[in-house]
Amino acid sequence: MLGIIIGVASVIAMLALGEGSKRSMREEMSKMGTNMIMVMPNFMRRGGVSLGSSSSNAMKMVDVIALRNEATAVSAVSPEIRASGQIIYSNQNTQSTIYGVSEEYLGIKKLTVKSGRVFSAQEVKSMAKVCLLGQTVIENLFGAGTDPLGLTIRIKNLPFLIVGVLEEKGESGMGQDQDDLIIAPYTTVQRRLAAIDYINGIYASAVSEEKSSKAMAEVEEILRRTHKLKDSDENNFRIMSQSELMATMTSITDIMTYLLGAIAGISLLVGGIGIMNIMFVSVTERTREIGLRMSVGGRSQDILKQFLVESIILSIIGGLLGIILGYLIAKGAGTLMDTKAYVQTQAVILAFIVCFAIGVFFGWYPARKAANLNPIDALRYE
Amino acid sequence: MNKTIIEIHGLKKDYHIGEVTVHALRGIDMSIKKGEFVAVMGVSGSGKSTMLNILGCLDIPTKGDYFLDGVDIKSLSKDELAKLRNQKLGFVFQSYNLLPRTTALENVELPLYYNPRIKSKERKELALYALEAVGLTDRMHHMPNQLSGGQQQRVAIARSLVNDPVMILADEPTGNLDTHTSFEIMELFQDLNERGRTIIYVTHEPDIARFATRNVVFRDGLIQRENMVTERTLAREVLKTLPIENIEEFDA
Repeated sequence: MLGIIIGVASVIAMLALGEGSKRSMREEMSKMGTNMIMVMPNFMRRGGVSLGSSSSNAMKMVDVIALRNEATAVSAVSPEIRASGQIIYSNQNTQSTIYGVSEEYLGIKKLTVKSGRVFSAQEVKSMAKVCLLGQTVIENLFGAGTDPLGLTIRIKNLPFLIVGVLEEKGESGMGQDQDDLIIAPYTTVQRRLAAIDYINGIYASAVSEEKSSKAMAEVEEILRRTHKLKDSDENNFRIMSQSELMATMTSITDIMTYLLGAIAGISLLVGGIGIMNIMFVSVTERTREIGLRMSVGGRSQDILKQFLVESIILSIIGGLLGIILGYLIAKGAGTLMDTKAYVQTQAVILAFIVCFAIGVFFGWYPARKAANLNPIDALRYE
Repeated sequence: MNKTIIEIHGLKKDYHIGEVTVHALRGIDMSIKKGEFVAVMGVSGSGKSTMLNILGCLDIPTKGDYFLDGVDIKSLSKDELAKLRNQKLGFVFQSYNLLPRTTALENVELPLYYNPRIKSKERKELALYALEAVGLTDRMHHMPNQLSGGQQQRVAIARSLVNDPVMILADEPTGNLDTHTSFEIMELFQDLNERGRTIIYVTHEPDIARFATRNVVFRDGLIQRENMVTERTLAREVLKTLPIENIEEFDA
């Protein structure tokens, strides 16, 4: 029975941890907004030859404007221009990434302002040198907990006024520090900090989660036009939706979970073999008893049923203990690894069904052996 | 005139062990009436055990007829034979064959479990009756390991009675018991017989012959000798003459 207990426990624990991490990932991702769409540059191929990242400068502001005007399923669009550099305040300095965006960026990426404000459309137009800081940058430059509103920092030696402070977001599902960032108008970043005429990415939000596939289709159509792609050309950009990303991550986690679960399931098989062995021994030990039962009127099917039921009971008790043990292991491992573990009702029901099946399947041969004994020989057995 | 409950004509039984054929029974004719106490005797290999197995419907004859209470057992399937054993026969074995971790009462109930027509309340009642008949009601909740050999055999006899069988088949029932207890058990058998039970007692001990009403001696697969017992010995009389021994009683 130990095999069954361990087998069930490990399957339950695996499934629980898998489900738990899937759920916390879901939670994380929905915090980012499930209607978010990202467009990134892609390597372009013409005739099977990769042109490398030369097309990484393919995206321009005209794309953003076209999307704003034409995509009906899209509610907001923002460019993203990335620059990195040294940030200085008095005698402190740090390295960070500066994101040049439009004012809709915060809404699209679900960033909230803790104090101060986001820059205005006017400031974008005028390439104002204003910025918002994430908590990690504040910690590095000013010390944790301070509110640096109104102060001026130097980014790549240019003075920027801090007009807003971002709410803490913590670590992303993929381990990135989401508070290590500075946000500034894209016009400013594009011209003054990065000195480029293209943009690194486009962030948009679909009107609703249901409309996000329509939105993605519209974005593709419009960008293909603005990028002047021929029908035979592949996209020189990649469109990813948050909901797609989430679905991918979920299915990856699912596959991993089920794989681990299946491996754990092998130990369940071993447990089943253990049950079969126990039953075989039991049948042998009770040969005289079986002979006796037959002599007082027990038919073959009565004997078969009797031993099958015993096998099933053994298996189910093992399953019960295994479920309890699995739950404890999952909770314990979850706390250790800082993940959450979640035992679904269907996992428990599945465990019971599997145990029942194991009881029947692995108990069948011993039970049949018992039922086929010759009563005369059985009674004489030493 | 008592009813004939067993009719056997030209009964033959062969066993095939590898290439060798053993003719265990070579042609038996026998009939047994209700209320008889038949001692079936013979040495090992005489065919008496084979006879017992066939009488007990645990085995079927190779040739010949066996009518039990009017039923031709040759025509029965394995399941039907089991049903017959359940309703018409009672077995008592040399080594008692009680279920180990089960009370005396539950042991006696066992044959009734396999009778779907009897509900659990009725089952308990019938088991109690049977235990009463063997004088063990005060030990009904004891386990076999809490009972002496004689008491265990009594439980086994109660079990054999519980379904009101046509006859009781006993295979060396006193083989594992001391002399005094053996006579006590024989007393019980004779008691049951006096009250109308048909008993077939298979043994290799010639001493048993005098306690029965009829003796049948087997040899080499045939009935060598058969006779009615004229001066029957009563076990309870013998018990009176035995010296009083220190008998260990198991007290729970």
